[in-house]
Amino acid sequence: MSNPQTLFDYLIRLGDNSLILGQRLAEWSGHAPILEEELALANIGLDLIGQARMLLTYAGEVEGKGRDEDRLAYHRDSSDWRNLLLVEQPNGDFAKTMARQFFFDHFQYLQYEALSRSTDERLAGIAAKSLKEISYHRRHSSDWVIRLGDGTKESHDRMQKAIEELWGFLPEMFDMDAVDDAMLAAGIGDDVASLRDEFDMAIEKVLREATLDRPEDSWSVRGSREGRHSEHLGYLLAEMQFLQRAYPDAKW
Amino acid sequence: MVTAFDEKEVTEILSLVKDPEIPVLTVEDMGIIRRLEEAEGRLKVVITPTYSGCPAMEVIEKDISDILTLHGIRDFDVVTEVFPAWTSDWISEEGRQKLADFGIAPPAGRAGEGGIASRAVICPQCGSEDTTLISEFGSTACKAQYRCRDCLEPFDYFKCV
Repeated sequence: MSNPQTLFDYLIRLGDNSLILGQRLAEWSGHAPILEEELALANIGLDLIGQARMLLTYAGEVEGKGRDEDRLAYHRDSSDWRNLLLVEQPNGDFAKTMARQFFFDHFQYLQYEALSRSTDERLAGIAAKSLKEISYHRRHSSDWVIRLGDGTKESHDRMQKAIEELWGFLPEMFDMDAVDDAMLAAGIGDDVASLRDEFDMAIEKVLREATLDRPEDSWSVRGSREGRHSEHLGYLLAEMQFLQRAYPDAKW
Repeated sequence: MVTAFDEKEVTEILSLVKDPEIPVLTVEDMGIIRRLEEAEGRLKVVITPTYSGCPAMEVIEKDISDILTLHGIRDFDVVTEVFPAWTSDWISEEGRQKLADFGIAPPAGRAGEGGIASRAVICPQCGSEDTTLISEFGSTACKAQYRCRDCLEPFDYFKCV
């Protein structure tokens, strides 16, 4: 039997990844370069927010302190968030958004594929449900990496730059700490460290097709598992949480 | 199994609930209602979301509650389950026909056969099989956008998932 606090910590990591990236994609509403992408980004964001709702609801129940999905989403400060640094990075241009999505989609697909075999039936159910959606998110972002990379000189250069600017956020995704180890031992969590090779092969295949260079492993940043975030998360939360902070428990 | 409630009657009442985003379909046609149960004199209606973030789910839950209450049923719960995950394979034959009549191409093929369509997507306007994908994302989570190369009309396609 696992410790409820450990399971809570594990679930909010998963839920926070989905919610923060979903919020970032929602920022594109009304600003996407073409109508089809306007719809695509909003749809993908909605899928992610749906995943977050299921995971944070479950986390709140496991914790048993009466916090529901909204309480967890709107009433936590940045040091209490456990999302990967990658997903909180600003949208930048369309290439940067697609590069961020491309890395996350490939990672999340592998992670959720493993989690769909979790001994925790509720988590396995959420993972299996989400996996169907992630499979076309991954196709969408991979297509854009190829289209922009193997496009004009301008689109190629921008995509190469985006990949390089985000490259150092990837190692963190594959770290294992005490929470991950405990969840793995309980048969609930997955071994993210073991996914790195498969992840590398999948993204390198796309990068080759996109005529993009795999960046050097020259830098990396970490900290999200301890609540150390980039400054960007604070601004995102300020916007996302404003209403519930200004008017606590407002309903409409 | 429903004992305190007449399952046939409840099913008939629930068949009045439409999908709020595709109002030609009932939630029954969509395969959203998974089963009816009865425990300690209370009816349990088990529903499943089509997509994780489907904004219609809350409306559907409320519509089910309203219609049951309207028909004099008071002791019931509407419960959401995500496992097994909803698949477009659960859309009934009748539902597929209604979609096509409404101008939305129904799922072509079965889920898991590869991509969002494993067979030719047929244009709901002219019946041509010569159609092309515009975008895997459409006006709702469950739809993609296609275009017919014969009649040149763009149309919605209900994805295989």
